[in-house]
Amino acid sequence: MQKRAYFGLYIVIAILALLPLVLPNSFYMDLAIRMAINAVIVLGLNLLIGFAGQISLGHAGFLGIGAYASAVLPTHFGWHPLLAMGAGAAATGLLAALVARPIFKLKGNYLAMATLGLGIILNIALRNEAQWTGGPDGMPVPAFGLFGFELNSDKHWYWVVAILLSVSVWASLNLIDSPFGRALRALHGSEVASRVVGVDVVRYKVAIFVLSAVFASLMGSITAHYVGFVTPNLADFFHSIELVTMVVIGGMASVYGSLVGAVLLTALPQALATFEGWETVVFGAILMICMIFLPKGLVPTLAAKFGKGE
Amino acid sequence: MLAQFLQFLFSGVTVGATYALAALGFTLIYNASNVINFAQGEFIMLGGMLAVFFVQSGLPLPAALVLAILVPAVVGVLIEKLAIEPVKGAETVTLIIITIGASLVIRGLTAVIFGKGTHSLPAFSGDEPIQILGATLMPQSLWVLGVTAIVVVVLWYFFNRTLSGKAMLATSYNRVAAELVGINTNGVLFMSFAMSAALGALGGILVTPITLTSYDAGIMMGLKGFVAAVLGGLGNGLGAVVGGLLVGILESMGAGYLSSAYKDAIPFVLILFILFFMPRGLFGARVTDRV
Repeated sequence: MQKRAYFGLYIVIAILALLPLVLPNSFYMDLAIRMAINAVIVLGLNLLIGFAGQISLGHAGFLGIGAYASAVLPTHFGWHPLLAMGAGAAATGLLAALVARPIFKLKGNYLAMATLGLGIILNIALRNEAQWTGGPDGMPVPAFGLFGFELNSDKHWYWVVAILLSVSVWASLNLIDSPFGRALRALHGSEVASRVVGVDVVRYKVAIFVLSAVFASLMGSITAHYVGFVTPNLADFFHSIELVTMVVIGGMASVYGSLVGAVLLTALPQALATFEGWETVVFGAILMICMIFLPKGLVPTLAAKFGKGE
Repeated sequence: MLAQFLQFLFSGVTVGATYALAALGFTLIYNASNVINFAQGEFIMLGGMLAVFFVQSGLPLPAALVLAILVPAVVGVLIEKLAIEPVKGAETVTLIIITIGASLVIRGLTAVIFGKGTHSLPAFSGDEPIQILGATLMPQSLWVLGVTAIVVVVLWYFFNRTLSGKAMLATSYNRVAAELVGINTNGVLFMSFAMSAALGALGGILVTPITLTSYDAGIMMGLKGFVAAVLGGLGNGLGAVVGGLLVGILESMGAGYLSSAYKDAIPFVLILFILFFMPRGLFGARVTDRV
């Protein structure tokens, strides 16, 4: 089990290392970077949704906090980007921890409502506080530099996100096989049963919620610096849904499923651009068809079909 | 002072009635299947857009309105048959994504067919405002409130006095037990989608002369209807109506007295506070988990 799990990690690292050699131009480079960024967010979100069985329909809000911390703090207050990124992550963690206790008394659809509401409030705030955030039009983000070295080409960013992704996959695999991960899976299976065997259910839910929120915030900061511009769309309801869809289409409770989901759904809008005007219809239809015929997601369904569980 | 308060109250109750109809739609489907139908808002949009389209194509108003309710009902039934019935008992997230997929398809098709412009419908009985204690009330608001009141009474009669209504209630209490006594629960599911789509469309038609409509008008409407349904306690019909009116009034008061920029945030702040203290909404049933 352990060995096979790491085998997948080696493949991921190999693909990430070789990819720049085969990518024909900067368009594909850009796509690969955005796929990797989404993959890290989705890994975190899958820990929450897939392993712990809790829904969040507001994760783009946390992404927005990170992105705007990296945009606003250096621009208006002259903070160092790294400090701004840390502050964004800390603020996100604090907010997530603050709301998590009351929110995780809720279940199922009530939980969906609460997280959805939180995300929408954050997004509306970003749109309205125009003197800081530039309002609906967004604002530019200063470049990211460290020790006099500035990250300014796609190549630089590619290696940054590739390393982040490899570390995240490694960390997720370890987390799942730790007592923490077993506790999460236990409370997904049955909350009452896990409480009976001594799992502090609320504490674990809060911890995983905060962790996945901080993941999202950090990647929000990275996105902001990489793109060089942020708009409130980064934090809107539809983006939250996109992230959840990546988790579910790839496969809940599957580390590699998260990667597949992120890759496919990041590429899909590009592929659909040829449908001029019909993108939304086709995108919606694909979501429905995937969920109807592969309710468990791609990777777990295929894994079951070929007789190798993950 | 009073005039201003009344003005906010009128506009709040009017839009609240639409939220109430949407919330009733959420409630009907939730009771029949435990599904939160994220496409509910699209039925509201579809009702308004189709009414505009049928009126423009020269149909007399009553015929246009009936068609604008029937077509969304058929769409609702199609969603149920094609997308919900095949995955019965799937996880909450899966069902949420399916209904969101459906809402994208409806919204996208509407944009392709009717364009992305904003449309309006003439008010049913003129635009002559009625003066009440210094506040003005549009005749269309009376239409919204009157029809909503009638719908609530009809639904009450349906659920308490007719066999089909009681079958739907029985299914919501206990699906297996309902099947055991011979209730066709698939029929109930079918009917609940038709009814909730029709209710949403009706709300959309009534409110279009006041708020205008466009292909993307359904998103916020649907989410606020969801807030209203959760506020009242998911699955509770009376709660849905009270929740809808409450959301509408508080939103309008908040926009008037506090900040109009944060108008859309008010329902969501409200629901977070309510859920913090009352995890099952105002009138939600207490549940105990069976182990």
